[in-house]
Amino acid sequence: MHLAYPVVLAALLFSVGVYGVLARRNVVLVLMSVELMLNAVNLNLVAFDAWLRDSLHAGQALTLFTITIAAAEIGLGLAIVLLLFRARGTADIDKVTALGDPSESTAEEAPAGAEALKGQAAV
Amino acid sequence: MNLALPALVPALPALGAAATLATGRRAPGLARPLAIVPVAVSAVLALVVALQLGTGQTLDAATRLTPTGGPDIALGIHLDGFSSLISVLVGLVATCVQVYSTAYLKDDPRYPSYAALVSLFTAAMFLVVYSGDLIVLLVGWEVMGICSYFLIGHHWETADARSASLKAFLVTKLGDVPFLFGIFLLGADAGSFRIPDVLTAATDGRLGHPTLIALLLLAGVAGKSAQFPLHTWLPDAMAGPTPVSALIHAATMVAAGIYLVARLLPVFLLSGAALVVLAVMAAVTMIGSALCALAQDDLKRVLAYSTVGQLGYMAGALASGDREASVFHLVSHGAFKALLFLAAGVVIHAAHTNSISAMSRMPGLRRRVPDAYWTMGIALVALVGLPPFSGFFSKEAVLTAAEHAANGEALTNGLGPASAVPQTAGWIVLISAGLTALITAAYATRLFLVAFHGPAAAAGAAAPAGPEADAPYSPEVDEADPATAEPPAMRWPLWVLAVPTMGFGVAGLRSDWLPALLDGGSLRPSAVTAVTGTGLALVGVLLAYGAWRSATARLGAGRPAPAAEGRVPGQAGAPAAEVIVADPGRTLLGPLFGPARHGFGVDRLYSTLFVRPVTAAARLVRFLDREVVETYVRSGGLGANLLGRAVRLAQTGNAQTYLSALLAGVVLLAVLVAV
Repeated sequence: MHLAYPVVLAALLFSVGVYGVLARRNVVLVLMSVELMLNAVNLNLVAFDAWLRDSLHAGQALTLFTITIAAAEIGLGLAIVLLLFRARGTADIDKVTALGDPSESTAEEAPAGAEALKGQAAV
Repeated sequence: MNLALPALVPALPALGAAATLATGRRAPGLARPLAIVPVAVSAVLALVVALQLGTGQTLDAATRLTPTGGPDIALGIHLDGFSSLISVLVGLVATCVQVYSTAYLKDDPRYPSYAALVSLFTAAMFLVVYSGDLIVLLVGWEVMGICSYFLIGHHWETADARSASLKAFLVTKLGDVPFLFGIFLLGADAGSFRIPDVLTAATDGRLGHPTLIALLLLAGVAGKSAQFPLHTWLPDAMAGPTPVSALIHAATMVAAGIYLVARLLPVFLLSGAALVVLAVMAAVTMIGSALCALAQDDLKRVLAYSTVGQLGYMAGALASGDREASVFHLVSHGAFKALLFLAAGVVIHAAHTNSISAMSRMPGLRRRVPDAYWTMGIALVALVGLPPFSGFFSKEAVLTAAEHAANGEALTNGLGPASAVPQTAGWIVLISAGLTALITAAYATRLFLVAFHGPAAAAGAAAPAGPEADAPYSPEVDEADPATAEPPAMRWPLWVLAVPTMGFGVAGLRSDWLPALLDGGSLRPSAVTAVTGTGLALVGVLLAYGAWRSATARLGAGRPAPAAEGRVPGQAGAPAAEVIVADPGRTLLGPLFGPARHGFGVDRLYSTLFVRPVTAAARLVRFLDREVVETYVRSGGLGANLLGRAVRLAQTGNAQTYLSALLAGVVLLAVLVAV
């Protein structure tokens, strides 16, 4: 099989992932898009490993690493999303801007959000 | 001779000062013994050293203190008749002053620091007198300056004392800067800072710039010894406690300049121009200060101006090339002026005012303070220079020196050729000294008559006690209770000092007494000057007495003194205080009275010439700093602030925005790398 197919597929997957991360508003979907990007990279690693006929199969080994780390990451990410949803009642990434540095006009809102987060952390 | 002895003389009071400062707060009871004992022991040691040294001997010892690039600095002692004589005087006066101060400042909360400073001052003066090295001498010289600054400002609660101490410090420093350069130049020319080496170099003619050196040194001497252009600090320095005036501003520190010139006289003899400058300086100082003294109302200011004038006498003797006469006058003046000040302290203590016109309105003042009355009388007669008091002999020695110099046969006593002293210098000193003798007698008589023999007792008028309006006045915060009699500690130092005032002059009569200790010349008054000088003094006394009598008579007749007519206020019921006083100074000085009372406007001149431009420059600098430099600093901060506000806009808190920016950056970098 020619190298072009997996690489193009990986590129498509990655692009979809980038679009999802940048454009989706739901946090779960953003996390899923991140997974897409990671898997595009995995695909690339495996494809090039086969293409280069690496005797040590470094590409495959690295893919295993990535999958493991991705599993851990998605676990943490989902936990955060869960907590966020409990605290805010929403999983909309556009609404979660408490860590920003608002200009003077919105200065009153920031402490309220910070308080809420703090209270949640204490629970 | 054992070197430990002369080394202990300056060391003991310094240690005493340190101990007083260290224990002053915790054990105030120790302050008095710690103040008196080291100074008294030093005085005794100074006397022992003087006796051991004997006459005609010198002692030189030095150990290298610091190697420098140029001439080394040595910790050296140079003892001769001059230094032993003056050290005995310093010890005597300092002991008397310390004892006197225990009573005078009895209730002063800052007595320990005061006593420590007086001890430190005494140590510094001993150092100046004993030092064999010019740099070490300078150290003592400056320590005295700073002690004087602190002691004048002892009553720092009053604005007068603060400004007087600042003025004294600044004016003397103004002289000390050229003085420092003079010492450097002298050391560089002579190849050594040690006084014996410098003197040898001067005698051998190895000094390259004698006139420049002498003039630079003279600036420092003028500052320290309050000679004409730099004399203005001394009358104001009377804001300090009276014992300080007695010790520092009459007997010792102001004499340091004279002592230095006497030490380095061979250098000055190399330059006729410097001697003429010194003579002119002395002449202007003498006459001017005597006229000022005749017009002052503040008792201590009269004495201060008189000190300035007597220092002019000493400088005049030096300008005539006779350092023996100068030091002779220094010692006798040191004794009688310290006595005058201490007695004045008692009088001020009793009268509770500095103003002699206010004293004249106090009935029975002289019966209230008999000791001060008599000793002050003795000291004033010595000041006037009537035989057989010490002032007569020392003043005549100065006059004789000036007369010899005017005839071209100056009494240099082997320090240099008689032709080294220009005849002009002699004439200037001779004429001005004669005139000053006349005025001195007048103001001394005026002081005595107005202060103690006021007509108030006869008139019975209870006039308000207070200084005359618009007279310069250096009041002192008075700690003492006027109702109680003076304690013995304030009375017996007067009589101790009265002994040399009466008897010291005789020491100059025989050539194997005092002159043998000094240069071995003659201190006998010559017949012509003795008769002229005494005659002038008597005329001065009689003039002042006559003027006083007529003023008193006018007063008795109910008419105001003519000079005061224009100043009588319109209300008949309230005669101004100044009209009541019969002041012979007003009659004698006539139109000069006003200017003389204010020191001939020298202060105002300096204020216009120097003080105001300096404050204006300071204001300019403040403006530049506040308005110009600060603007740059502030706008720098403002710029950073604005930039921060702009950057802050980018931080929205939306993760997707950040990621977009990140992606854009990555793409940009990739494109840049690829292309």
